[in-house]
Amino acid sequence: MQPLFLNRYAIASSTGIGLEPTVLALGEMRSGLAACAFETVRLDTFVGQIADALLAPVRADLAEFDCRNNRIAQLCMQQDAFDQSVMAAREQYGPSRIGVFVGTSTSGILETELAYRRRDAAGALPADFRYATTHNTYSVAWFVQSYFGLTGPSMAISTACSSSAKAFGNAARMIAAGLCDAAVVGGVDSLCLTTLYGFGSLGLLSPVGCRPFDADRDGISIGEGAGMVLLEKKADGRTADSIALLGVGESSDAYHMSTPHPEGLGARMAMEQALMSAGLRPGDVDYINLHGTGTRSNDATEDKAVCAVFGNDTPCSSTKGWTGHTLGACGAIDAIICALAIERGFMPGSVNTRTLDPALALRYLIDNRSQPPGIVMSNAFGFGGTNCSLLLGRVQA
Amino acid sequence: MKLFVEGIAILAPGLPGWAASRAVLAGEKNYEPAPLAPPVADLLPAVERRRTGSMVKLALAVGHEALTCAGRPVDSVATVFASSGADGDVINEICITLAGSDRQVSPTRFHNSVHNAPSGYWGIATHSHHPSTSLCGFDWSFAIGLLEAAAQLQVDRREVLLVAYDTPYPEPLRSVRRVAEPFGAALMYTRDRTGRTIAELEVTMDAQPREASRMSDAALERLRTGNPCARALPLLAALAGAQPQQVTLERDAGQSLSLSVRTF
Repeated sequence: MQPLFLNRYAIASSTGIGLEPTVLALGEMRSGLAACAFETVRLDTFVGQIADALLAPVRADLAEFDCRNNRIAQLCMQQDAFDQSVMAAREQYGPSRIGVFVGTSTSGILETELAYRRRDAAGALPADFRYATTHNTYSVAWFVQSYFGLTGPSMAISTACSSSAKAFGNAARMIAAGLCDAAVVGGVDSLCLTTLYGFGSLGLLSPVGCRPFDADRDGISIGEGAGMVLLEKKADGRTADSIALLGVGESSDAYHMSTPHPEGLGARMAMEQALMSAGLRPGDVDYINLHGTGTRSNDATEDKAVCAVFGNDTPCSSTKGWTGHTLGACGAIDAIICALAIERGFMPGSVNTRTLDPALALRYLIDNRSQPPGIVMSNAFGFGGTNCSLLLGRVQA
Repeated sequence: MKLFVEGIAILAPGLPGWAASRAVLAGEKNYEPAPLAPPVADLLPAVERRRTGSMVKLALAVGHEALTCAGRPVDSVATVFASSGADGDVINEICITLAGSDRQVSPTRFHNSVHNAPSGYWGIATHSHHPSTSLCGFDWSFAIGLLEAAAQLQVDRREVLLVAYDTPYPEPLRSVRRVAEPFGAALMYTRDRTGRTIAELEVTMDAQPREASRMSDAALERLRTGNPCARALPLLAALAGAQPQQVTLERDAGQSLSLSVRTF
């Protein structure tokens, strides 16, 4: 594929609101996870929560979209001049030439969960409950599109935990097909009872902060957050060389709804497809940001899959110990962490991980390494056996 | 953007499959709404079938019919799944559980609650490792799915099966999101004309929004407006041979897509 430039990006997660706080927390090995005190949830687990006080109501003219998920989207768009950059792009290309591609798994379902508690005697939902602009899967893409007044094609991609990695693929296709000149690509997910109690019922929640690839790893920590990228065909010329999306690979496990293929077959295919679409070989990749959720089986199958494609020499790690597993947002959040790694010249380690699982073969980094990666891969896999791998790298503008 | 159609499927009240519905959609026979018999989803192993609800079964049934119509193996194509939401029955059950004192969510119900559940079961049923995406564009989900399929054909140069479906929500969700009747449709698209091509589509994003095409039959028009994915009906009517062969679909942001249809 033709490289597409990440001309501006923004991030908001429990690890940091904005790029600088995120880089700082990564550098200081400071995790955003804490014992769960979300809403009325009584579960023995850690979460990566954005403090409620930081989540201001959405802009007044878009009040109908107000919900936790869209507040997180707005908080992210207000960081690092992301909103100004999109408005400048809107000026340059015209509102109809910018597409919106946002990945989410649960959108604003929290609103519906809370509304069900307020059902009246006849079982009806409260009159102030708005479904379409909060809970509906499309709500967050609709909100982002409305926030910037864009009229290019927009969609919510909802493929569970690969959603916002796959959103880059949708954006790249629409740009290549000439349906838009630039794209706002992102991922947003927020804490809700469905995912907390759902993963709880699967026995997949770690009682402490998640420890990817650790010998004692015991599950995921759910996080919330958003990552947003302004993707364009041309670099904006701020620096001599810029960070670009080089390849996207997508595949299906065709195995099980909530368990990955035991040999990591689908994951392997996604990584190989990404390399093929970028015209790169495994040896060209300097660092891999793993999906690495911290469950026994997910990490073990990803270990096998990555080894099958890259061997066990490529440095890799999961950054879920910092952010938690942000589900539909993790594709975009991890891609931005990868972009920061390239931009600032470091390879993230793995906060919380202490003792590597001797059964796993990958060259897994626990400590941060100050070695600049040129080309990085980011993996995201999800329920339904959906897999997506992205390749990012420095390209001369 | 040009797309070739090799297979078509439809399942909705009074429209039980493409062959049985074609004359109705072409305006040659009267439309007689009758409750839709629950789709069978015989692609799925019995143990998995028991775990799925009506939305997954509907999606799998139309996907299977379109590929059968095209004479293609079920594991041979990439897929785009489009719907305006996840399974309403599952979401309702989970929200009832979470509003109660015992918040034990069933693991099967939880993995069935994801928007991409039909895509996941499609993979299990077909053993297809091809890419599959699951999209949502609220009431414009079909148009968005069609654009994505067109982009995949053009850019990734692969055949694409588009599966679009929405099923009614139970109360109390039904009062805030009314989906009147179940509706599923699937279209098997190819990039080039093949021996099995039955129609050609030219898709254009309109510079100025145009009014969406309607169905001339009042009951079919009610079906069209009563289910987000039934917005596909004017296109299916044109594919059945009805005039005009120019169709406008509303998409997001108050914009529209124009389709020009030529049947062979």
